[in-house]
Amino acid sequence: MKSHVWRPLYLVLGLIALVLIARLFIVPKGFGVNEQGYMYGFYRKANEAEWKSLGAKYKTSEYCKNCHADKIATRKDSLHAAIPCENCHGPAGNHPDNPPKLEIDRSRELCLRCHAYLPYAASGRATITGINPEMHNAGIECVNCHNAHNPKREATR
Amino acid sequence: MVHGELWTVKEFFVYPNEYIYWSIQIVMYPFMTGLVAGAFVLSSLYHVFGIKQLKDIARFSLVFSFALLPVAMMPLMLHLQQPLRNYEVMATPHFTSAIAAFGIVFSTYAMIVASELWFVYRKHFVETALSLGRKTHKGPVEFFRYLLFSALTLGAYDVSGEALHKDEKAVKVLAGVGIPVACFLHGYAGFIFGSVKANALWMTPLMPVIFICSAVVSGIALCMLTYILTMEIRKFIVGWKRKRYPTLSSQEESQIKSVEAHVVNITSRYLLMFMILAITLELLDLIFRGYTAVKSWDILRNLIYGKDFTNIFILQYGLGNLLPFILFLLPRLTIKRAALGSMLMLMGVFMMRWNVVIGGQSFSSSFAGFMHYHLPLIPHDLETLKEGLVGALAVGAMPFILFWILAKIFPLFGEEKSS
Amino acid sequence: MITRRDFCKKTMLVAGGLSLPLAALEIFDPKKLLAEKADKARVRWVFLVDTHKCVGCGFCVKACKLENELPLEANVARTWVERYVVTRDGRIYADTPNAGRDGFTNDKIALGLGKYQQVKKENIEKAFFVPKLCNQCENPPCVQVCPVGATYQTPDGVVLVDRSWCIGCGYCVMACPYGMRFFHPQYRVVDKCNFCYHRISNGMKTACMDACPFGARRIGNIKDPGDPVTKIIMRERVGVLKDEYGTKPQVYYLGLSKEVK
Repeated sequence: MKSHVWRPLYLVLGLIALVLIARLFIVPKGFGVNEQGYMYGFYRKANEAEWKSLGAKYKTSEYCKNCHADKIATRKDSLHAAIPCENCHGPAGNHPDNPPKLEIDRSRELCLRCHAYLPYAASGRATITGINPEMHNAGIECVNCHNAHNPKREATR
Repeated sequence: MVHGELWTVKEFFVYPNEYIYWSIQIVMYPFMTGLVAGAFVLSSLYHVFGIKQLKDIARFSLVFSFALLPVAMMPLMLHLQQPLRNYEVMATPHFTSAIAAFGIVFSTYAMIVASELWFVYRKHFVETALSLGRKTHKGPVEFFRYLLFSALTLGAYDVSGEALHKDEKAVKVLAGVGIPVACFLHGYAGFIFGSVKANALWMTPLMPVIFICSAVVSGIALCMLTYILTMEIRKFIVGWKRKRYPTLSSQEESQIKSVEAHVVNITSRYLLMFMILAITLELLDLIFRGYTAVKSWDILRNLIYGKDFTNIFILQYGLGNLLPFILFLLPRLTIKRAALGSMLMLMGVFMMRWNVVIGGQSFSSSFAGFMHYHLPLIPHDLETLKEGLVGALAVGAMPFILFWILAKIFPLFGEEKSS
Repeated sequence: MITRRDFCKKTMLVAGGLSLPLAALEIFDPKKLLAEKADKARVRWVFLVDTHKCVGCGFCVKACKLENELPLEANVARTWVERYVVTRDGRIYADTPNAGRDGFTNDKIALGLGKYQQVKKENIEKAFFVPKLCNQCENPPCVQVCPVGATYQTPDGVVLVDRSWCIGCGYCVMACPYGMRFFHPQYRVVDKCNFCYHRISNGMKTACMDACPFGARRIGNIKDPGDPVTKIIMRERVGVLKDEYGTKPQVYYLGLSKEVK
């Protein structure tokens, strides 16, 4: 074995050893095969908790109810009761701390998401009152005439 | 703008997140690895199978294969969105992925080629190191060369006949081991594509084999082309010298000429052989798809015979395969014809990679829409520089720069005469 | 000449050498993995989409983007809504303008390249909306192909991406038959729908489900027999998308049609 022929091999073995040692430092703690096995569960376990710890921005209408129960009550007998507050008022986040004021989307485009007429009988759209946006008071915001919280009631503006 | 949006134009129904994410650099990647593998196979034809006629080009293509090696990695680095994290492929390889083995296969192959080169050039290293060592007054360049060559000997200064015989044996073994590894390196580049079940054009078990065959074609073609170029330059230099010193004999020039013609003749035969194999498999794949006509065939037919017709049938099969095929088969092959033929073949193989990589992403997985790729020509930010024409040209030019540098360490010609 | 001692020594060496790689392969033992898969988790998140209820308002897409910090103007989406219009003469048109972020407010169907197609009411045979989101496959091909272990399936069945470890090779993007994955414009790593993992893990519903006024989207735990979503999946006729790829998708659809891509 004392032949010069093996020298490149020693060099290669040295390199492999270097890579293996480097791996000890590079691979993050907790990286390995987890519950789902090698094919689907080879990862850094701590990442799961990182994803879980992200804060929610949309807090649901239940959260709004804590302070704005009166507003929620106004829509009780309306079809719009199904629409979550945050769809128009924007995600609550940590309101009222941050942001202190939510930006309300009063645009015509918002209402048209559901109320632009589309002749799609096979879809849920058919069950909603629809208008032709070009014919029905084009350019005027819907909330000028309609009460968004409860369309049955008078407009508030 | 999201990644991929810049060079993708959508038509009909395409899912919102679909773009051509694997762009020009991923076309370059299999093209470059193909060249590496092909060049190595060509050099092994001499070392392993003892095809004596290829002796002259064998050494040449081995060095070229080594020059191409780092370049095969370059497109991947330019393509990654997080290139600084490349080491992770070695740190936490996930072997159910075809890409994971890249680091290992690639380094194994690199080591084999490097070792083989070492054995081929060991005598040269020792002689250079010793002759430089004997010099008492060394300039800084000479001193650096001395250090370099001394390091390259790896401390093995034995150049006796017995030791050299062992070197030869080692070269043969390494070249033998190298062929399957080279084929694996490239075949598995084909596997990366062939195993993507979500892509109707890519998914075929023939993909690795097709990739290997076209790899060998492109590798041989490039070696032949570079060989012809180098020989022409040598001829030119010799001719120029003779003009200045008319007393020199014309013997050298004619010798180069005859050697060149001979090598080109033999090499082109192997080129043709591998090309026939590659085209047979590609056509088999196409026929099979048309005959079985599964769900995806509607959109694939649209793509192959419609949108990509020029790319596939004119550029790839016509100009890239058929025309050079005729050029090589016509009797009395001239050097110029061979050079043109190899160039066309290189273009053909490049177009094949293009049609696989870009073509495979040119239709939506909804099977109801197309995506058009527009290669960014003029770079205006890092992304268009990396994944545009400039990036691709940089990758294409790199092997020649490296080859030029390597040729200074590994003499390509005339070793026999000096010894 | 081989002595008996030599022979024994060599045999032991060979046997030892062979058993070493076998031991290394043990993590691949499928039975063990199956057992692990079967009992560990009490939760397996699934999703139920009722396409009959969808009106194409796109509130879900908007809420998803804001909730998951994906710029509204970025032309990628974790979830989107598709519109299908089938004409009387059998042509199928489909589109999803801006992923349905602003809803469907007119009858112009986008054809790409700046072209639109209008289909008259009397020519429409059927038309409907289909919300799409990550199928959190039981056999996620995207996870299988990640070369570095940067994407994975959690024990409760959701496929996540480790943003600190993704190298951005895009192989997972290629491997997903549903086109769910994309590159996040800011983080420059792969992003995808993860059933709002931060919400469902903390007792909330997904942002898209909360934003839907019509109950077209619902998340559930298939391992809980009392879960209303589980009951529907078990008892009613539900479909999944592209099951021919063997991915075992876990987003179930009510009212799926053959036209749906």
